[in-house]
Amino acid sequence: MNAKIFNPEIVAFCCHYCAYAAADLAGSMRLDYPTSIKVIELPCSGKLDVLYVLRAFEDGADGVMVAG
Amino acid sequence: MTDSKTVPPAPPQPTGAVMVVGGGIAGMQASLDLADQGFKVYLTETSSAIGGKMAQLDKTFPTNDCAMCTISPKLVETGRHPNIEVMTSSEVLDVKGQAGNFNVSVRHKARYIDVDRCVGCGDCADVCPIIIPDEYNEGLSQRRAAFKLYPQAVPNAYAIEKRGIAPCRDACPAGQRAQGYIALIREGRWDDALRVIKMDNPFPGICGRICNHRCEEACNRGLVDEPINIRALKRFVTDKVYEAPREPQEAAPRLFDQQVAIIGAGPCGLTAAQDIIRAGYGVTVFEAMPVAGGMLRLGVPEYRLPTEVIEREVQDIIDLGVDLRLNHRIDDLDALFESGYKAVLIAVGAHEGIRLPIPGASLDGVLVNTHFLRDVRLDKYADFSETVQAGKVDLAGPTLGKDVLVLGGGNVAVDCARSAVRLGCQVQMACLESREGMPAHSWEIDESLEEGIRIHNDRSFEQILSDENGRVRGVECSMVESFTFDEGGRLLVEKTPDSKHVIPCDTVIFSVGQRAGLAFIPEDAGVGITNQQTIAINPNTLAATRPGVFAAGDSVSGTSFVIEAVDSGHVAADSIIRYLQGEALETAPKPDLPVVQMTKHEIDQRIKSGEIKPQPRVPMPELEVDKRIDNFREVEGGYDEVGAQAEAARCLACGVCSECMSCVFACGRDAIMHDELETTETIDIGAIILAPGYQIYNAHLSQEYGLGRYQNVVTSLQYERMLSASGPTGGHIKRPSDGASPKRIAFLQCVGSRDQEHDYCSSICCMYAAKEAIMTIEHARTEGHNGSENGAVTCQVFFMDTRAYSKGYEEYYRRAESKYGVQYTRCRLSDLKEDPDSRNILVRYSAPYEGMKDIVEQEFDLVVLSVGMEISESVKDLGRRLGIQLDPYGFCHTTLFQPLQSSRDGIYVAGPFREPKDIPETVIEASGAAASAAQLLAPARYTLARVEEYPPERDVMNEPARVGVFVCHCGSNIGGYIDVPGVAEYARTLPHVVHAEDNLYTCSQDAVAHIIEQIEDLELNRVVVASCTPLTHEPLFQDALRHAGLNPHLFEMANIRNQCSWVHSDDKSAATEKSKSLVRMAVARSVKLQSLKVREVPVNHTALIIGGGAAGMTAALCLAEQGFPVHLVEREPALGGNLRFLRYFIPTDGDTLNPQEYLAEMVLKIEEHPLIQVHTNSELLETGGFKGNFSSTLLEDGAFNKVEHGAIIVATGGVEYKGTEYGCGDDPRILTQLEFERFLSGDPEPGIMIGESPASVVMIQCVGPAEHYCSRICCSTALKNALKLKEISPEADITILYRDMRTFGFKERLYTRARAEGVRFIHFDFDDKPLVSVGGPESKLNVSVKDPILDREFLLEPEMIVLSTPVVSPPGMREIAKRLKLSIDMDGFFLEAHVKLRPVDFAADGIFMAGLAHYPKFLDESIAQAKAAASRAASILSKKTMLTNAQVAVVDPLLCVGCLTCVRICPYEVPQVSADFSGVGNIIGAAYIQPAVCHGCGTCVSECPARAIQLMHSTDDQTMVKIDALFEVQETEKDIIPIEQVELKQ
Repeated sequence: MNAKIFNPEIVAFCCHYCAYAAADLAGSMRLDYPTSIKVIELPCSGKLDVLYVLRAFEDGADGVMVAG
Repeated sequence: MTDSKTVPPAPPQPTGAVMVVGGGIAGMQASLDLADQGFKVYLTETSSAIGGKMAQLDKTFPTNDCAMCTISPKLVETGRHPNIEVMTSSEVLDVKGQAGNFNVSVRHKARYIDVDRCVGCGDCADVCPIIIPDEYNEGLSQRRAAFKLYPQAVPNAYAIEKRGIAPCRDACPAGQRAQGYIALIREGRWDDALRVIKMDNPFPGICGRICNHRCEEACNRGLVDEPINIRALKRFVTDKVYEAPREPQEAAPRLFDQQVAIIGAGPCGLTAAQDIIRAGYGVTVFEAMPVAGGMLRLGVPEYRLPTEVIEREVQDIIDLGVDLRLNHRIDDLDALFESGYKAVLIAVGAHEGIRLPIPGASLDGVLVNTHFLRDVRLDKYADFSETVQAGKVDLAGPTLGKDVLVLGGGNVAVDCARSAVRLGCQVQMACLESREGMPAHSWEIDESLEEGIRIHNDRSFEQILSDENGRVRGVECSMVESFTFDEGGRLLVEKTPDSKHVIPCDTVIFSVGQRAGLAFIPEDAGVGITNQQTIAINPNTLAATRPGVFAAGDSVSGTSFVIEAVDSGHVAADSIIRYLQGEALETAPKPDLPVVQMTKHEIDQRIKSGEIKPQPRVPMPELEVDKRIDNFREVEGGYDEVGAQAEAARCLACGVCSECMSCVFACGRDAIMHDELETTETIDIGAIILAPGYQIYNAHLSQEYGLGRYQNVVTSLQYERMLSASGPTGGHIKRPSDGASPKRIAFLQCVGSRDQEHDYCSSICCMYAAKEAIMTIEHARTEGHNGSENGAVTCQVFFMDTRAYSKGYEEYYRRAESKYGVQYTRCRLSDLKEDPDSRNILVRYSAPYEGMKDIVEQEFDLVVLSVGMEISESVKDLGRRLGIQLDPYGFCHTTLFQPLQSSRDGIYVAGPFREPKDIPETVIEASGAAASAAQLLAPARYTLARVEEYPPERDVMNEPARVGVFVCHCGSNIGGYIDVPGVAEYARTLPHVVHAEDNLYTCSQDAVAHIIEQIEDLELNRVVVASCTPLTHEPLFQDALRHAGLNPHLFEMANIRNQCSWVHSDDKSAATEKSKSLVRMAVARSVKLQSLKVREVPVNHTALIIGGGAAGMTAALCLAEQGFPVHLVEREPALGGNLRFLRYFIPTDGDTLNPQEYLAEMVLKIEEHPLIQVHTNSELLETGGFKGNFSSTLLEDGAFNKVEHGAIIVATGGVEYKGTEYGCGDDPRILTQLEFERFLSGDPEPGIMIGESPASVVMIQCVGPAEHYCSRICCSTALKNALKLKEISPEADITILYRDMRTFGFKERLYTRARAEGVRFIHFDFDDKPLVSVGGPESKLNVSVKDPILDREFLLEPEMIVLSTPVVSPPGMREIAKRLKLSIDMDGFFLEAHVKLRPVDFAADGIFMAGLAHYPKFLDESIAQAKAAASRAASILSKKTMLTNAQVAVVDPLLCVGCLTCVRICPYEVPQVSADFSGVGNIIGAAYIQPAVCHGCGTCVSECPARAIQLMHSTDDQTMVKIDALFEVQETEKDIIPIEQVELKQ
């Protein structure tokens, strides 16, 4: 076993109307998830540009999640 | 008077405000429509939040959209609209006046939390100890008494629920909040519990031992099994807290110079001393005895009340700064005043024991109770027991002997007797009363007997006999037959003759009463004394007859219990404080909450439903007899923690809120108002819209379904909560009995619909059952994929007819069956019972339609009852108060032509209140009702609506960024889990940040005002708030920016509550680090933000309506009567549409017109209306422009006619399908329903046979396209015509061949009536359709059909066949769709923007639909929808100008290659390639996106291959910079279009 635990940095692009609201609800319901997940709000998941995904990886993200 | 001509009074100007009753989806929609059209709206809602039933739903059919996701934006919009005043916890009491000018009185029930101050942080709920079933989750989970209805609730504020005063509190003289401290004990919060007790009673340890606990007698739990052991719990918690050494109390701050004298340091005097000193006055307590505590210390034996407890509680009061003077007897009242005391409280108690005036009462060895007990307590008998044991008792003198007889039967007598036992004496008691009649507590008597005390009941005392030395030798008694008291209070005893006898003893202790010693009050002191030798006082204020003198406790009431002395002390202190303040002593009594007295019935119901589980008291440990009789150790033990918490858990929380005040301490906003009173307000309005909604049928009443009895039977609404991801089971379906995942689920339809008690269909149950079944299977599939559960689950629906009658429903229902494998069984159940071992439900039924004639039994893990709709009693009461006509079920009576109008002018209705219906129709009616109100009040538009005024905007785009960061604690919501000051500190280190601070609640009014000041003072030009979610709070802060003269788009939020503190509560440092990241990202983005300008575009107030049928005409009149000009375009030469072909309406109450009369009236009104221009023989050729500014070309009588308008209503109608199915068109005896209707009326179409009414008719339902979608009206139309034929010739033989009879709502009554009148119904399936054969004109018509119940073919030979063919879209519809760029659904009808919540809107702005163009519907439904379309159009037409959106996509034409990608991809069809622009290389034609209609989704931006489009406020660099900031990567130059190049190019 490796002593180091892999804690992936994940960027979550969330639609303002649904996924972002769902993340809010996860808060209201006190659901736990790792602190390494960071949400970036988009006006619509249709606004997701492939460049955002690439930039996130380029900057050091281990994973990108798109929710909408 | 010179001129006698009278001028008729001008009609009063209507009031430009509307009251909307009911905050569900209908109420919200109506409110938004009206507020958008320039009316002031008051929205009243009885519960604490708006949202209604829809907010409880999981998904909505047929799109499976999340209900909360779709309703939540409406909630926020309603809550924030400047012209909607949301009044929650409010109800309409009374309406005076008339249409246009009503005066409504509204009751605002106390919410106990100030909505304006509350920021929704939830700290109050976190500390609230009261747990009750959560009604939002339909009782499947629990919530606190301080609560928010649901997480997304609007207003975002908590409320406190109070049912009334708990009986325990009511019974307690001091008003102890027993329910509150019991709940806190249950939660293990001992210190809080003691605090709650001490709020009303400074002597909890004492009362926990010796109180007579009337609370327990009143306790509702007694109706279940045994009352809560409240006294023991009180004692437990004091013992628990007193285990720790006492901490000295801080002295109370002195605020006033005046000093008060209190005579007597008993419980009453000390209570008063505490209250008065806490109010800021000086207090001196004079006590004649050497110890404080009064009767507690000197009258109650040690074995019941340990001295240390008394001393601790007394000392807590003395610590406050009381000047206690022991051994200080007061004998001069005047002297006290002379020495400067401003008020005197006499609380001397009743320490004078009484001797009966019988011979021998003064002999040696005769003692009195108070002195005896005092002597024991002051250790005068310290060595007495050894003396007794040694046999050395000296009987000389007035001393205690060894054979003691106590005279008296009260508690004090028992105390004397049991004390004497402990001194080693032989003890007897004698009293007048029988055993049962003894005033002492029964348990005290029992314990006395256990301790060997002999009790002589029914004795009258004749004399005390003396021995030779003048000492007592016995008491001569007589037996008593009975005794009474005369009017003067004198005792009358009937003795048994010749019953004299002697009870030998050497000591007698009188315990027959005691009184105050008032010798220090001389007759001339001005203080009146009563005949009973007590001080005369005003019982409300405890003021004596001399000003400044008050008297309380036993000295005025005679002997009573300590808790009464405490109460008396509080009252006296209150009066003294008011006296010193110079106020009137009597205060107005507070309005009382009712005392919650539960009925046996309620208790039984709650036991049945499992809410209360019978469980007797947790027993209290007690010292055994042999361990207690020789000492003064405490007899009662006490609960341990486990025992106490178990006992506390039995509490029923009768009052709901117990006023324990925990919330008051927790609230950082001072928002809690426990003393809030209900208020009533009267409001002037012009119209009322009633949308009070429905309640689900209480299926407990249908006992055969076992709801409440069988745990695994739930209602559909409960099931809806179970399916919801935010529900009590987190979206995992778990059956209530054991939490297991059910594998076999039954849905039982028509529970509370279509039965003996309900003659209507509830219209929604079939579809929601299909939805719930589909969602169940989807859940199981997902969970199965995750490997956590076995995915296999079967859903079986037991039903009579599937009523999938609306748009997309039939397809949805079939999908449930074919794609998801939901099993449909057409039957009625025979019964249902529970298997007591597995708790499974056994359903017994026969299903003849399925070929199962015999009863079968089937086992299910869970049964869901599809409960129907009812009108609640409170809504019926509302209807009665408003004087509107209701039907026997409480539904509001309306008419066919005015479906949204109640029987009282100016009061309109929408939603299920007028008939059961689903969400889209409810929304339609809400908009329609809004249009009706607007029609009435049009002249008053914009008279009361408010327009927000802002200072001019500062241009900051050329300044360097100056960012201000505000980090919110949100009470403890963020501050408790994140180092908020640390985050603010960190923010200060970020580039461009010139100010960062933390606030307790950033969204509170004072904090927002502070932000505005900071923006101005520090010249901030960007603002970042790190708090909660922008979805609810961004508009609030953006508004603050506008008030500070900043463009609202220069604002950014970091959501550190929902995304950090709430989800990472177990790791403060990681959550803090993440918060810093989010703040860093927000700051980085804020620097890139741009001021965005919105443009004001003038609005054309004219409407274009396409289609002159019932819908088009209704919409035209509705708009024209509001003052909007209308172009009404009709392709045919005459107006009327399908109405021209109708001859009969479905009979309804109060409608007398026939269709042709109605049509004629309508056409006349249209033609006479000056604002309506009718264009017959006309067609729409082309339309350009956008909402508010359209321009269309009509082809009118062969000529082109150009019209300008601001909105479009499409009401192009539908036509009856005519195909070749079932021999249609082959034979004149085979007709459609419309043809048959005209035939019956004697006014047939040309070519249709005329003749006698047929003697026999077969009707065939679901013809042609109706096999694919339900045409909604055909079943009812068939019944209408069948009943008409029966009316003409009652003998006519009518058979209706049907698949499902879809007579939803009240149309069910037609079906019932038709069956009663002998119409025959035969069911068929599409795979086994009836066969029609026609031999020729002379031969008979043959219809063969298979009857599934009899399982045989029938051959029918009717004289006529009538085919129920569906409504289909008219020819030319696709052309119109193309010209207006509208979408058409798979069945050929127009596609609305959102099937649930935007049923009259098109996706394209400014265009609306009504009537059959949307979907087949009845006339009243078309009228409602036409009005709704008018309402939606009016929200554009009523505006002078419209603001364009700011967050829009903007094309840089120089980069555009005109590839049309954006044109194709846009879901709203907004982009166009326009020849007005030149693209790359100056080639003519580049994309143009009209900002007035762009929705700002940005899809075109990410799709544009040339990267020629940017979305304002969400530009690529604004997003990229966030990603860079997250990973702390320095901004790099990438291929991003500089924002400067993207200017609005108009």
